[in-house]
Amino acid sequence: MSDVPGRVNGLEQESPAAPDSPGLRRRRLRARLGFAATAACAALVIVLTAAIALFIGSKGLATFFVHGADPLQFFFSTQWWPDRPLEDGGPLIGALSFIVGSVIISVLAVLVSAPLGVTCAVFMTEISAKWGLRLLQPTVELLAGIPSVVYGYIGLSLLVPFIRGNLGGTGFSVLAGFLVLSVMILPTITSVATDVLRGLPREYKEAALALGSTRWQAIRLVLLPAGLSGIMTGVVLGLARAFGEALAVQMVIGNKRELPHSILDPLITLTSGITMDMGNTVQGSLWNSALWSMAMVLLAMSFAFILLIRFFTRREALR
Amino acid sequence: MNNKVKDRLATASFWAGAGLVICVLGGLLGYILYHGAGALDWHFITAPPETFRSGGGVGPQLFNSFYMLVLTMLLTVPIGLLAGIYMAEYSHPGKITDTVRLSIEALTSLPSIVVGLFGLLIFVNMTGWGYTLLSGALALTVINLPLVVRISEEALRSVPHELREASLALGADRWQTICFVILPSALPGLITGIIIAAGRVFGEAAALLFTAGMSSPALDWSQWWNLFHPGSPLNPFRPAETLAVHIWKVNSEAVIPDIRRVADGASALLVFVVITFNVAARALARAVSRRLQGT
Repeated sequence: MSDVPGRVNGLEQESPAAPDSPGLRRRRLRARLGFAATAACAALVIVLTAAIALFIGSKGLATFFVHGADPLQFFFSTQWWPDRPLEDGGPLIGALSFIVGSVIISVLAVLVSAPLGVTCAVFMTEISAKWGLRLLQPTVELLAGIPSVVYGYIGLSLLVPFIRGNLGGTGFSVLAGFLVLSVMILPTITSVATDVLRGLPREYKEAALALGSTRWQAIRLVLLPAGLSGIMTGVVLGLARAFGEALAVQMVIGNKRELPHSILDPLITLTSGITMDMGNTVQGSLWNSALWSMAMVLLAMSFAFILLIRFFTRREALR
Repeated sequence: MNNKVKDRLATASFWAGAGLVICVLGGLLGYILYHGAGALDWHFITAPPETFRSGGGVGPQLFNSFYMLVLTMLLTVPIGLLAGIYMAEYSHPGKITDTVRLSIEALTSLPSIVVGLFGLLIFVNMTGWGYTLLSGALALTVINLPLVVRISEEALRSVPHELREASLALGADRWQTICFVILPSALPGLITGIIIAAGRVFGEAAALLFTAGMSSPALDWSQWWNLFHPGSPLNPFRPAETLAVHIWKVNSEAVIPDIRRVADGASALLVFVVITFNVAARALARAVSRRLQGT
């Protein structure tokens, strides 16, 4: 805001001939109050983000700085025995199986969802706008609206028994987990990819077709490469959502604290580990603290995903 | 020739992919609503849940979900709208705007369980409230806020520039222009966006496990006006399990014999509400924009 008389927010000029009449003063006050309120709310968004990073970070780091746990053990050991008595050598908090579980399941989910999501996006923008608009678009929006516990419940009551009956194992498995996740993140990838493809200049496609390429060639050689960074943004967003999803995953993966050896083995993720144990641990104990460290890893990953998205967006802007 | 065949094949596979997605959703919705239809009746919707016996309902949970939604929207909409106004009308490219944008992105991509833990730390422990409705609503506000800011900003930015200029040319100042010209014309977009955001909040569960708790006291409707009575439905300082949390809890730790029935019914109810929100958002936006164009 500028202090030059007669200027509000440094943007607009009041008539200099009008002296400070009460009406004008009231107007100016209202304008300033309005500006202050909006700026304060925008600032609140920054404060909130900083507060979350600060509080989760400090609780998570306490494991290493207050309890003196070994970060190498936390990140690279699968020995999770947080309540091992001291006479046996003290508690072990190797969280590797949680971290690996989260990575496996979200990467697999993206491998299913990304091709399918891009297919849907191309279908809506290039193949059949009519069917896309009438059927696929509402479908995708509804998929996005279905709550994650409902996905978890469908996985639990439909997918898990199916896997148990037809493929073996208990059904609570990597397979059930990433299939549920892939349906959940499909709308994210589809809607971003659709926006990107719609935003491409029409000339790209027309030029390709004019040069004699078929529609498929235009899509594969011109449109998809042109939209690649934007589509990757959608894929990373999907990956981030899959990585952070808690309850749906927790319901179908079996939550066994070991590295899975096959796609039919149960596993555990960072989110499901926190969900299961946070309520049962004593505050201030090493076990509790280790869970906060896992939350900190989740937070760090979601910041990393944002940096990745920013990288893709910047590449887009440079084109 | 060869390329033509490839083109046909590709087109076919695009149809197949789109068809698959539609089938998946159709299957999911059909499954939920078919199974849920058997469980849904007036008793189920209004009765409190049972702890050990079968035959319980989800009345308090349903009420909690809606009440939580109202509280959350009361907190989010004003803050989000004002921040959206700042981003659309006042912000200049620069460090501050960049930081706000980065914060919005960060909040959007935060796992909701992390927000729940933040809520546990701040709204449950530091305030000394314990598991309460208000703590839950505050946590949901953190989740919902970035969405509402983005919705508001987009809705305001889509208002044609000429409208602003005309208003300013007529001698209105910026704030008047925002209040009386831009906000009304952005209303349809705002309404749709906010209702869809509300639908998201309705289904959120992970953040509530650690903030609003996993239990609900017996609601005493004779005390509804007494905000500080522990059984008052409107008391924001009581624990409140929502419908989404209830589905999770029933499936993971309940000992009632009719888990399937309760979970089926509650899921159908949840999906039904979300669909209603979606349809209502569209209908309302259409009605408002027709009205605006009519005057």
